[in-house]
Amino acid sequence: MRRVITSGVLAAAVMAATVGVTHAAEEQYFPLLVYRTGPYAANGAQLANGQIDYLKLINAKGGVNGVMVKWEECETEYKTDLGVECYERLKGNGKVAAISPFSTGITYALLEKVAADQNVLFSMGYGRTSAADGRVFPWVFNFPATYWSQATSIMKYVAEQEGGADKLNGKKIALVHLDHPYGKEPIPTLQKLAVDDGFELLLYPVPPTSMTDQKSIWLDIRRSKPDWILMWGWGAMNPTAIKEASLIRYPMDHFIGNWWAAAEVDVRGSGVPAEGYIGANFHEVGAKAPIFAEIKSELYAKGQGTGPEAELGEVLYNRGIANSAFTVEAMVTAMKKYGNKALSGEEIRWGFENLDITQARIDELGLTGIIPPTKVTCANHEGSPAIKLQRWDGKSWTVFTDWIPAMTDLVRPLIEADAAQYAKENGIEPRSCES
Amino acid sequence: MLYRETGVFHSSYAADQAIFKLPQDRYAIAFWLVVAAVVLPLTVSNYVLTDLLTPFLIMAIAALGLNVLTGYCGQLSLGTGAFMALGGYMTYKLVTALPSASALIGSLTGVELALPDPVILGIRPFDLWFLAILIGAGLITAVVGLVFGLPSLKIKGLYLAVTTLAAQFFLVWLFIKVPWFTNYSPAGIAPAPPRTLLGLQVTGAASPPVNRYLFVLALTCLAALAVKNVTRCKVGRSWMAIRDMDIAAEMIGISPTRAKLSAFAFSSFLIGLAGALWAFVKINSVQTDAYGILVSFQVLFMVIIGGLGTVLGSFLGAAFVILTPILLNIGLTALNPGLQALGLPAFEVAMIKHIEFMIFGALIIFFLIVEPHGLARLWQIAKQKLRTWPFPY
Amino acid sequence: MELFATYVLGPLGEMADNPAGVVETVIGGLGNGFLYALVAIGFVIIFKSSGVFNFAQGAMVFFAALNFAGLLELGLPWYLAGPLALGAMFLFAVLVERVALRPLVGQSQLTLFMATIGISFLLQGFGEAIWGGNPHLLKVGLPEDSLFAIDYAWGQALGLDIIIQQSDLLAIATGLVMVGGLFLFFQFSRVGRALRAVADDHAAAMSVGIPLQHMWIAVWALSGLAAFVAATIWGTKIQIEPTMINLALKALPVLILGGLTSIPGAVIGGCIIGISELLFETYWGQPLFGGATTEWFAYLLTVPVLLIRPQGLFGERLIERV
Repeated sequence: MRRVITSGVLAAAVMAATVGVTHAAEEQYFPLLVYRTGPYAANGAQLANGQIDYLKLINAKGGVNGVMVKWEECETEYKTDLGVECYERLKGNGKVAAISPFSTGITYALLEKVAADQNVLFSMGYGRTSAADGRVFPWVFNFPATYWSQATSIMKYVAEQEGGADKLNGKKIALVHLDHPYGKEPIPTLQKLAVDDGFELLLYPVPPTSMTDQKSIWLDIRRSKPDWILMWGWGAMNPTAIKEASLIRYPMDHFIGNWWAAAEVDVRGSGVPAEGYIGANFHEVGAKAPIFAEIKSELYAKGQGTGPEAELGEVLYNRGIANSAFTVEAMVTAMKKYGNKALSGEEIRWGFENLDITQARIDELGLTGIIPPTKVTCANHEGSPAIKLQRWDGKSWTVFTDWIPAMTDLVRPLIEADAAQYAKENGIEPRSCES
Repeated sequence: MLYRETGVFHSSYAADQAIFKLPQDRYAIAFWLVVAAVVLPLTVSNYVLTDLLTPFLIMAIAALGLNVLTGYCGQLSLGTGAFMALGGYMTYKLVTALPSASALIGSLTGVELALPDPVILGIRPFDLWFLAILIGAGLITAVVGLVFGLPSLKIKGLYLAVTTLAAQFFLVWLFIKVPWFTNYSPAGIAPAPPRTLLGLQVTGAASPPVNRYLFVLALTCLAALAVKNVTRCKVGRSWMAIRDMDIAAEMIGISPTRAKLSAFAFSSFLIGLAGALWAFVKINSVQTDAYGILVSFQVLFMVIIGGLGTVLGSFLGAAFVILTPILLNIGLTALNPGLQALGLPAFEVAMIKHIEFMIFGALIIFFLIVEPHGLARLWQIAKQKLRTWPFPY
Repeated sequence: MELFATYVLGPLGEMADNPAGVVETVIGGLGNGFLYALVAIGFVIIFKSSGVFNFAQGAMVFFAALNFAGLLELGLPWYLAGPLALGAMFLFAVLVERVALRPLVGQSQLTLFMATIGISFLLQGFGEAIWGGNPHLLKVGLPEDSLFAIDYAWGQALGLDIIIQQSDLLAIATGLVMVGGLFLFFQFSRVGRALRAVADDHAAAMSVGIPLQHMWIAVWALSGLAAFVAATIWGTKIQIEPTMINLALKALPVLILGGLTSIPGAVIGGCIIGISELLFETYWGQPLFGGATTEWFAYLLTVPVLLIRPQGLFGERLIERV
């Protein structure tokens, strides 16, 4: 009994201390939907650490034009229902900057909720591709490139390696993908390309509930001998696929992961060297940009870093930084119009929509290579999509191509058609972007 | 003393067959209904309304459904998640194919009819089409549930549970594979189009949380009433006879085929309804991710922890299973500023999740040990205590 | 007729065209099947003598793997980390008996089943709370590469182009050793005989002086051992993270197919399911149904079998009396 009382007193003390914490002047609020547990934890943790470190750095340097930022994490486990619950839980806790769930399933579930609540949904390179049509989806942004654009860029590289798009005729291209909204996104585009270029597209879905059991897929790949394998994988699926590919001795330099399937954790987790494995990316790898010196001196030297210091500069950590940096830049843009204060959802949205990040600005921020130059417009929420490719040399990633622009002329009509169908089904009147 | 049957006389069959025979019970239920329908919407925040109470009520419908099958008819099922998914997908297909009653009549007869749609005091009393859609989706689920219930005629107990897992995995796989279910959406996710009932918007992100909550509350009450009444009539009694001893029941003339299959159908109907609401009201899109095997287990938990074969138990179980993890998560997170103020290390989100898992698991074991017959049993015991108070001897 | 050609002749023709592919698939399936069987054996050991349908077996595999991997990450050599992880499973067995099972004696099968799901949650949370939510690698130095027949003289001589994964061979060998060991244990050891007596009749066993509670600790410890072995083999193939628990769900159809009370049944059930689901996926599922049929195939396969034999292939016959 005494123990019960003691713990009760302790709990009461903690509660009292909780109430006693006071709130400072108004801050911009970052609700972070993260996943640090479950089969996607290895990837999710690095993304979250990058995001938080950048926000910590912003505060350490006096905020965004003097406006401090605060953030809260909520664990989604990459599950849609938990993600929605997290969004609802956090959205009222302050002036929301932007929501980045890092899950296509959660993004889909939030598409209309953010519009109703007037919050920006920033799905950086994932989520619903047709949300790039800003006329139908004013509140959703998915620059620097959608899955469809990314697929066309990768196919451009493949065509180049084969000696031109006309050489793709009769080739076999396999797509190993998570059997989940995320993994299914690129299929329509690849199917269209398959018809246009005459290659055969083989689909290998990996069910999320047993994504570490891929034996049948790789036995089949061994038999069908595709010329190239593309992978849309996430979480524990990636290391398994990389390992299985090496077990059947598939040539790794013909195996291309998309930018969620090509991180250090994926290859390290596979336990095989996987030399030559190729991945897409939209930023540099490694802790080379000037921002890392600041992160190290301002945070890690003082023991305030979020994750392990060794992971600074890794792919997903850098992407976390990019996510926060884009959002903060949208704030800066909006502040030019609305003044230096914590911004409302509509104001932030204006900032995102008028985002124009030049290379000079990126260098000034010390983010060289971490975010690409980006220009967003009212109708086009994707910017001008392009990717780089990186290669795994057994120890680390090295970017080995220049920007490969997407086939925008092919993707954009598909995006507009899909957005139009969505608008029709949900009774949305697309807004006009002529002004 | 405080709660007693003595002194309450019924002078008609109707009074004797009432669900709540005692005035005390009637007052209590009226009180809870007022609290649920009036006090809560007026007092609590939107978050509580949309993410605690609404999911609790939706899951209570699912638990009522499974309780019909497992609690009343004794057939173990682990396919609940898939039947919920079926309800969700069917609702989506129906609302997109048949946006209104006149559209249905138009497609059947070729004549475009304008149905009367008067507005009285801000509501449109003839705007019931969404309800019809939900019932339609429920009926489709019932038919599929019946088909997957066929093995129960031969297979029993845990063996049956594993065969219902076939339904779980097969149906979910089907929804992912067949693009028809999502109207060929590229990512395989169907949106939940906004719909109205009585002229009030009840689904979609833009609908007011109160509308969604009251809509779900009304359906939950109807579902509870239906279960209560069906289990008191002939078919419900045949279920219980089958549950208690199927061979004996067969000998006294109850057809196990009819009893088991009707239980599967009725149970699937309610579960399909819950699944439709889960998609349209809670997560605002139809995706298989929200109907995994974990959902099947969750609903089974609700039924067993709440109490097999009781309506009250379905509610208590749903409240426990849905609210405990969220409240644990919020509670542990809320301790963080305090811990920091006291100079202690704060809980990280991952650690909170692990602790949440541990406590939830421990609570399940604890409740099973303390009251193996479910939380509803506690109310029985309380009633007995109240009856004999203050002289229990 | 056309359907027949597509769904029957096509796949069969493909199998006939490439027999090496069939051999490869069968061996791969056998490897999977033995892995399922290793988990299923843990179920059977507990169910047979205590009637508890232990859903936590999957979580136990995960927990054992986490402990093993975590201790290795701390820098312990495998010959220390292994026994320590195994010791944790024994400790767990004692705790389960003390805290959960003893108070639940005499409750319905369903209640006990639910309690084991609670244990499953508890174990997952506890394991991850100690070792962190990130995936782990379990590298004990067991062979995990693949063998190409074509690399060897005999393979070239026969013109055989097949791959055999060493981890599959390892799983098969371990499974066989495990079954053999358990056979000897149940046949000749004192505890094993006592366990068989308990499985036959609780009351009679108690009346001749077999302490029931000790026996329960023994069966949970035994299935902990089975979980540990499964975890070690599994760890050579995949990362240690919570989907492992889902994979262990596959042991359920294996178990049901083989019959809940038979260890050889678990192994044979595992082989049947492992081979047939991989063959179906490779020759029917992937080309004709869009793939990922391994998700449900095993469960659907059990339905017709159960309709003919409701107690599974090797289960004890169910006798019902009014």
